[in-house]
Amino acid sequence: MSADTASEAPVAPGISRTAKGRKGGKGPRYAKTGYLFVAPFMIAFTAMFLVPLAYAAWFSLFREQMIGGNVFVGIDNYTRAFTDPQLIAGLGRVALFFLIQVPVMMILALFFALALDSALLRLSRTVRLAIFMPYAVPSVVAALMWGFLYGPDFGPLAQLADKIGAAAPDFLGADLMLGSIANIVTWEFTGYNMILLYAALRAVPTELYEAASVDGAGPWRTAWSIKIPLLRPAIVLCMVFSVIGSFQLFNEPSIMRTLAPNVIVADYTPNLYAYNLAFVGQEYNYAAAVSFVLGFVIMAGSYLFMLATNRRSRS
Amino acid sequence: MNPRFRRRTGLGAALASPLAFSACGRRPVQPPEHVSQAEIDEAMHTPTELNFWTWVPGIEKQVALFEEAYPDVKVDVTNAAQGAGHYAKIRTALRAGRGAPDVAQIEYEMVPAFTITDHLLDLRPYGAGELEDQFVEWVWAQVSGPGGEVWAIPQDTGPMGMLYRADIFEAHGIEVPATWEAFADAARALHEADPEVYLTNFPPSQGAFFAGSLWQAGADPFGGSEGADLKVDVTSEAAQRVTEFWAGLAAEGVVSTDPDFSDQWYQAANRGKYATWLTAAWGPVFLQSTAASTSGKWRAAPLPQWESGDQVAGNWGGSTNGVFNITEHPIQAAVFAQFINTDPECTKAMATEQFLFPPTKALLEDPEFTGMELEFYGGQKVNEVFAQISETVSPDFQWPPFNDQVRADYGATVGTAIAEGSDAVAALSDWQDRIAEYAEFQGFTVEEGS
Repeated sequence: MSADTASEAPVAPGISRTAKGRKGGKGPRYAKTGYLFVAPFMIAFTAMFLVPLAYAAWFSLFREQMIGGNVFVGIDNYTRAFTDPQLIAGLGRVALFFLIQVPVMMILALFFALALDSALLRLSRTVRLAIFMPYAVPSVVAALMWGFLYGPDFGPLAQLADKIGAAAPDFLGADLMLGSIANIVTWEFTGYNMILLYAALRAVPTELYEAASVDGAGPWRTAWSIKIPLLRPAIVLCMVFSVIGSFQLFNEPSIMRTLAPNVIVADYTPNLYAYNLAFVGQEYNYAAAVSFVLGFVIMAGSYLFMLATNRRSRS
Repeated sequence: MNPRFRRRTGLGAALASPLAFSACGRRPVQPPEHVSQAEIDEAMHTPTELNFWTWVPGIEKQVALFEEAYPDVKVDVTNAAQGAGHYAKIRTALRAGRGAPDVAQIEYEMVPAFTITDHLLDLRPYGAGELEDQFVEWVWAQVSGPGGEVWAIPQDTGPMGMLYRADIFEAHGIEVPATWEAFADAARALHEADPEVYLTNFPPSQGAFFAGSLWQAGADPFGGSEGADLKVDVTSEAAQRVTEFWAGLAAEGVVSTDPDFSDQWYQAANRGKYATWLTAAWGPVFLQSTAASTSGKWRAAPLPQWESGDQVAGNWGGSTNGVFNITEHPIQAAVFAQFINTDPECTKAMATEQFLFPPTKALLEDPEFTGMELEFYGGQKVNEVFAQISETVSPDFQWPPFNDQVRADYGATVGTAIAEGSDAVAALSDWQDRIAEYAEFQGFTVEEGS
C-alpha cells in the first residue's frame, strides 16, 4: 500500500526511487491481486459475520420496553448480566458439565485412537466407522433417541430394569439430568475427537517408532513416551473445541426439555437462557448482552486453557 | 427475482431480525372511523394477494370458499410453525417491518400480547362490530378491548371437561366425580386398588391447563389490567385452593405428574395408566387419534366442581384470526378473517370436518353438530356435552400482555414445586414476584392484589 501511494503522490524523486527500488516494481500489482483473491471471503465474512456482530454489540447497549420505548442504557445490560444469578447458575452448570464430560470423552477418544493406531485391532476400519458414526447423527435426532431410551415408564432401559426386578435410575430427574446429557454428548463426539487424534497419530514419522523399538520400548512404552507427547497439539485443539461446545450447550437440553420441563428450566444453560430471553421474554437487548458475556467467557476459558498447557509444555 | 438472491435477502432479514429496524418498515394503518360498503366492495374487486399464517390443518377448504366468493383476492397460506415458534416468527417479522402476514392465527391468550405492542388492527370499522351476536358471550369477551375494540375473530374454543375411562371406573366401582373433593377421594381409592393406575395425570408444566383451572375456580389474576397498568394477583384464595389441591394429590402420589404431550404421556394414555384426562373441547378428537387402541372405552363429562351443585368451567386453548396493522390491504384482510369464521359453510366444515370446537351460537345449537355420535366414546354425543359446558364458562378472565413470560415463570416456580413436592403455595408468591419484576422491567405500573 505504501508503495502504491508513493507512486501516485508527488514526492521527491529520490525518495520515490528508493521506495520503488526496495519493494520491487511489481509489488503494487501483486498486492492488488491478493486482495482480489480474498475479496469474496472478506465480503461474505463482513456482511454475514462482522456487521451482524457489530450490530448486536450496538444493540446490546439499548433497552426496549413494552411500555416506554427504546432508550440507550450504556453498559447497564452488561452490569445486569454479570450479577444475574440465573446466568451465573447456568455458567456454573456448563462448567461442571465441562469438568465431568470432557475428560471422560477425551480419555475414551484417546484410547480408541491409540488402539486403532496400534494395528493390533481386527476389523479396524469397521470399528473406526462404528465409533465415528454417532457424529454423523444430527444432535437433535440423537437427543430424541436418547430421550426415548431414558423414558421412565416405557423406555427400554426402564423395561429392562423392570424385567430383572430393579428400579431404573430416574435419568430425567433433577439429580441425573446433567449426567444424562453428558452421556449423549459423549456418545456423539467421542468419534469426532478420535478421528482428530487418529489423524495426528498417522502423521507421526515411522522412524520414531523404529528408533523406539531399537531402544527396546514395548507398545505401552511407545504409546506413553512417544505417541501421547506428540499428540499434545491435537489434544489441545480437541480441548478448545470442547470448551466451546460445552459452554454453548443448547440442542440437547432444548430437546430434553419437552421430556422434563420442570428439570430443564428456561435458564438451564446460558445459551438456552439467551434464547428464552429473546423469544419468550422479548428482552432482545439483554439477550444480546448475555450472548456477548457468554462469548467473553468462552474466549477467556479457551485462552486460559491454552496458556496453562503452553506453560506446562515449556517447563 | 432470482430465487438465490431472494434467499440471500431473506437471510439478511433474519440476521437483522432482533434489531430495531421498525423505523424503516411499513407504517401501521390508522383505522378509519367507518368503512362504507362501497369502499369494501371496491376493495374486494381489486386484485389482491393476502398472506395468512396458520397451523390449522385443512384450512385450504375455507380459503377456497373465500376465493370462490371473492375471486379477485388470492390468499397464500403459510404454516410457519405452531405455538411459540409461530409467535416468535411473527414478532421477528413485525419488528423487521416487512415479511409479516396480513392475517394470522392467534390464540386467545396471546391476543393481549399483540395489542400491547400495538400490532393488531381494530376490526370494528370493517364490520366486525356487528358480529357480536353470533358468538358466545365469553368468547367475544376474549377478543374485545376495553374500548369495545374487536382485536380478532374467534375461530375455535376449548371449554374444559373430563374424559374418563368408563371401563376402569366400572371395574373399581368409581362414580363420575361431581366435585373436586369426590375426585380426590376417587384418586386415593383407585391408586390404592391398582398402584399402576392413576385417576389422572397433572402435567406440572402445562401452564395452559393451570390457567384454565384458575378460570374455573373463579380466579382472574390479571383482571382489570389496562394498557400500562398491570394488575397481578396469582396468590388469591381461589388460586391457592387450586394449587393446594393439585400439590396435595401429587405429594400423596395418587396422581401422576408426567409432562403432557410427551412420548411418555402418549404411551401411558394408550396403556391405561390414566383413568381420566382433564382436557378441553378439542381433546376428544385429539385423543381418538393418539390413543386409538383404547377406542370405545372413553366417555366425556363436565369437570368436577369446587362447590357442590355449581356448574362452571374454564377454557383451555382455541384460537382466533387477527389482522396486523402493517397490512397493505386492511379491508381485504379484515373481510377474509370475518368470512372464514362466520360464513355458514366455512364454519360448518370447521366444526364437522376439521373438528375445531365452534364459538358460534348457531353451530352450538345445530343438531347436526351436537348430535354427532363418536364411536371412540361408545357412541356418546360428546359435542353435546361440551356445547353445554361452553355455556358455563365465565366471561371474566383476562390474559396478561406477556402471557409467554408468565407461562415460563409458572413452570419454573409453581409447576416445579408441584412436581418436586416442595411448598407450592409459597411458589405462588415466587410466581407473583417474578411477574411483577418482569412487568416493572418492561415499564408497566404494577398493582399487586391481596
